[in-house]
Amino acid sequence: MGYSGFKVIKEGLFGQKGWKPVWRDPDPKAEYDVVIIGGGGHGLSTAYYLAKEHGITNVAVLEKGYLGGGNVGRNTTIVRANYMLPGNSEFYSHSLKLWEGMEQDLNYNTMMSQRGVMMLCHSDGQRDYFARRGNSMVNQGDDAELLDVEGVRREAPFLDFDNVRFPIYGGLMHRRGGTARHDAVAWGYARGADQRGVDLIQNCEVTGIDIAGGKVTGVQTSRGAIRAKKVAIVTAGRSGQVAAMAGMRLPIESHILQAFVSEGLKPIMPGVISFGMGHFYISQSDKGGLVFGGDLDFYSSYAARGNLPMKEHVMEAAMTLMPVIGKAKVLRSWGGIMDMTPDGSPIIDKTDTEGLFIDCGWCYGGFKAVPGSGFSFAHLMATGNHHAPAARYRLDRFRTGRGLMDEEGTGSQHNLH
Amino acid sequence: MRITCPLCGERDRREFTYQGDALALHRPAPDAGDAAWDDYLHNRENPAGDTRDLWYHDPCGAWIAVNRNTITHAVTHTALASKVTS
Repeated sequence: MGYSGFKVIKEGLFGQKGWKPVWRDPDPKAEYDVVIIGGGGHGLSTAYYLAKEHGITNVAVLEKGYLGGGNVGRNTTIVRANYMLPGNSEFYSHSLKLWEGMEQDLNYNTMMSQRGVMMLCHSDGQRDYFARRGNSMVNQGDDAELLDVEGVRREAPFLDFDNVRFPIYGGLMHRRGGTARHDAVAWGYARGADQRGVDLIQNCEVTGIDIAGGKVTGVQTSRGAIRAKKVAIVTAGRSGQVAAMAGMRLPIESHILQAFVSEGLKPIMPGVISFGMGHFYISQSDKGGLVFGGDLDFYSSYAARGNLPMKEHVMEAAMTLMPVIGKAKVLRSWGGIMDMTPDGSPIIDKTDTEGLFIDCGWCYGGFKAVPGSGFSFAHLMATGNHHAPAARYRLDRFRTGRGLMDEEGTGSQHNLH
Repeated sequence: MRITCPLCGERDRREFTYQGDALALHRPAPDAGDAAWDDYLHNRENPAGDTRDLWYHDPCGAWIAVNRNTITHAVTHTALASKVTS
């Protein structure tokens, strides 16, 4: 069933009775060519690109809960390609191009809105850094524009420009960045994968990974054993537990990242704005809620809720940057479980077990990577070779020290990102 | 979350800085090899449940080994890191 404007009007005239479920609810088969553990954004996009780009359709996506019920349905929905370091730069550049073609490709409205991502600077040193970072982005082929104070004022006149402690010196504008509807991204990929023959199996928890003679042979699940030639672990937030089933320990600690949404307000935010002093970023959803967040709580946790000190820090930063927000009421907040790697960059790689692949360690940047991660991971599983834009996301870079991507320059060590 | 400093008593989480897994107390020998050092520096059990990690008490400077639960945030036991033997 294709979607179109005509279809929306027709259904509106006839009582919306023509809509049908957009994916099947199959029972698991005894064997698949590929089993993907995890039905989140990355798992679903991996399944979609395996089918679309490589013609591999005998695939199951196993999801413990419901599709898109994890971090892909709980994030601040920001899409951008404003990284500086080789490795990240080409990967997110590729991912953003996939975002730009996603709605046509999926025939699904993911509400991708390139409303711009503006990072603010508050000192000469930070402005110099942004100039360098902007040049790196331009060299990669993406867009970046260094704004002076007046340039920032034209975009967002409501900011506190003359704050005594953190005056605004300018900003780095990335106009092709923006936001998208997070749930729709998961649903769009799910529908596309299902249409190509992928089995999306919900309420199916993987309880074991079968390995014989150094080769993966299948998985044990709450709905029975499933044989598979290849198995993919795409379970960010729970990567450590699933990898342990294959006898692996990962360079990952799970941390909480909190986010907040205000009541619905009239349009005020031009796009995404991030404060350069004390981590804080904010955008406005199409429903009108201000969506904002800050740093990690900075201790390992699976609680999916944060503590008060970080809430206070985020609110203080918000009031410092834009005192106008003091009139808004916070409607809700949540804490997501982040796969934090020592260098703050992700992993898309093979493992020591033949046929077992892993895609994890997305830290707090997994949403914008959904299309790129799926595309590159599918390429790796289908061809056995790393996809060029993701070729540096190696699992062994921590052991060897080669090719670390420490975007913040704080050191490749846990708890510093 | 409140943590008991063995020297100062129970205090608010704001007084403490997280210093990572208590694995740090078991430093391998310099010649232990790549794999042992990789495990020590990077790889983690990362349990969903009971864990032990190190916290620094900013006011008094104590390094504390804290047993706590990563799902409930309950703190069950604390001890000075210098007294931890296993």
